[in-house]
Amino acid sequence: MVQEMFFWLLAAVSVASALAVIRLHDLFRAALMLVVTFFTVAGLLILLNAEFLAVVQVLIYAGAISVLIIFAVLLTRDVEKGNRPNRLRVPALLASGLIGVFLVFVALQKEWPLLEDVLSKDSLARAEEVFTTTPQWLAGLLLREWVLPFEVASVLLLAAILGAIVLVRERHP
Amino acid sequence: MPSPLEGNALFRGIYCWLAANKGNALQCPPDGPAFKDGWLPLGWEWLAYTIAALAIVMLVVNAFMVLATIYTYVERRLLGRFQSRLGPNRAGPFGLLQPIADAIKLLAKEDLVPAGADRWVFNLAPVVMVVPVILVLAVLPFGRHSFVADVNIGILYVVAVTSISTLAMFMAGFSSGNRYAMFGGMRAVAQLISYEIPVVLSIVGVLLLAGSLSLVSIVEAQRIPYILLQPLGFFVFMAGSSAEMNRSPFDLVEAESEIVSGYHTEYSGMKFGVFQLAEFGAVLTTSGIMATLFLKGWEGPVLPSHLWFLIKVFLFAFLFIWVRATLPRLRLDQVMAFAWKFLLPLSLINIFITAIEVLALDTTKLANLWLMAGINMAVAVLGIAAFSRFVRLGGKPRDITIEIPMASEAR
Repeated sequence: MVQEMFFWLLAAVSVASALAVIRLHDLFRAALMLVVTFFTVAGLLILLNAEFLAVVQVLIYAGAISVLIIFAVLLTRDVEKGNRPNRLRVPALLASGLIGVFLVFVALQKEWPLLEDVLSKDSLARAEEVFTTTPQWLAGLLLREWVLPFEVASVLLLAAILGAIVLVRERHP
Repeated sequence: MPSPLEGNALFRGIYCWLAANKGNALQCPPDGPAFKDGWLPLGWEWLAYTIAALAIVMLVVNAFMVLATIYTYVERRLLGRFQSRLGPNRAGPFGLLQPIADAIKLLAKEDLVPAGADRWVFNLAPVVMVVPVILVLAVLPFGRHSFVADVNIGILYVVAVTSISTLAMFMAGFSSGNRYAMFGGMRAVAQLISYEIPVVLSIVGVLLLAGSLSLVSIVEAQRIPYILLQPLGFFVFMAGSSAEMNRSPFDLVEAESEIVSGYHTEYSGMKFGVFQLAEFGAVLTTSGIMATLFLKGWEGPVLPSHLWFLIKVFLFAFLFIWVRATLPRLRLDQVMAFAWKFLLPLSLINIFITAIEVLALDTTKLANLWLMAGINMAVAVLGIAAFSRFVRLGGKPRDITIEIPMASEAR
């Protein structure tokens, strides 16, 4: 009961702050409302017992990406009245709606092996074991089974960093 | 997350004091003849549960606030000693009442909001600043079987929560509508983002040794203090976190001689006081995390565990004050170079060596741990010496020639 209450509270705040991101004219405030949305999503993840994901959500989205967004906001010309709707409204709605439908479709169609495993054995103890050792599970999957894609992704990021440095580096005469 | 009734002695004490009954003898076993029924009737365990949780939170937050005020006094007195002056000694015996006098002064001051400020964000920034500092306390084990919550991703939670203060500083700097505050906010973001990386990487060595992310388990896993096994990690963590707290020598976020007082230039009254509380409190929480990660947390002989924890926290706090009083402020490019060219490679070397040692040596044997300590000490000394010898931080100031047309020539 208490969990449900918290869910509806978080969901309401999440949707409201997401709407505020679109409706507020002040870009800086819109970016801050986006941070609120990130936090509520982290709260929802905690309700799902996915503490690790919640913390990573706070660390990456609320801690790092939001700062990046705010820096980008500072580079725009008119911060206080910059967040106005424009002609791209309809295409944006279509694109985001399509992405939403696609995500829901994938979530419903995909067979989640871990979930099946937990449900078939029908044991709460097993579910609890899986949820309390999420970091170990993820570490095992990332650094043993899927180590090659993981490392390739990090090389890609390194290339991106090097590219950024090359682009902004001042040329010595 | 395990139930707080197992392992958390403080929580169980309050819970059983309220709700011990014949009905729940499993949770509150009657030990000895002194066993007494709790205050609440059977079926009201949920209330006892809630009250116990709130009581612990109240206790920890209030103890933290009191310690933070005491710490401001300690820091100012010690800085006075370091700088051959007296420090605050007028209010009360030895100036002990100085924090109270400060608080009254701040409360009585006028609360100004600049005309050009973004009012909402301006008022929100101090709150966002102080919240992460208090949230960190939730996972910090401050005594034997005493903590608010034993989260199995504790240290990751600490890292995530403390990263929010970057946002608060930027909010304060940007919403003030003041250029100096803006510069302070920009510097804060640049500095905090840069130093976050070496700080997080320096913790990885500890995690490799302890094999757990939970702070409670990390304390229990330390057979010899990790400060001996991870001297390089400790050095990087200490330097990096003193930069994250904007303390001297990395205090150019609020460098008085350059940008007035940085992001909180426009704040007055208690809002300024909240910023100060967050900054001084951050020293205490960081010292607490350092004590937990590197110095066996609350463990210690003879004295009670809570006292040991406090002693260790103030030991590290003293270290921070000492560094602040000793080193001069760095230049901005030197601060950046120190993070990227000095601390980051050192923390990577630390992870590399620790990983090899954990793989090659059997860490359950005490002799192997001492061997590791020896190797890591040597690596730390060599690494710091080599990097400080061969890496140039910042370099010389560049020659800039600006041609100013003279009035006589322009004609």
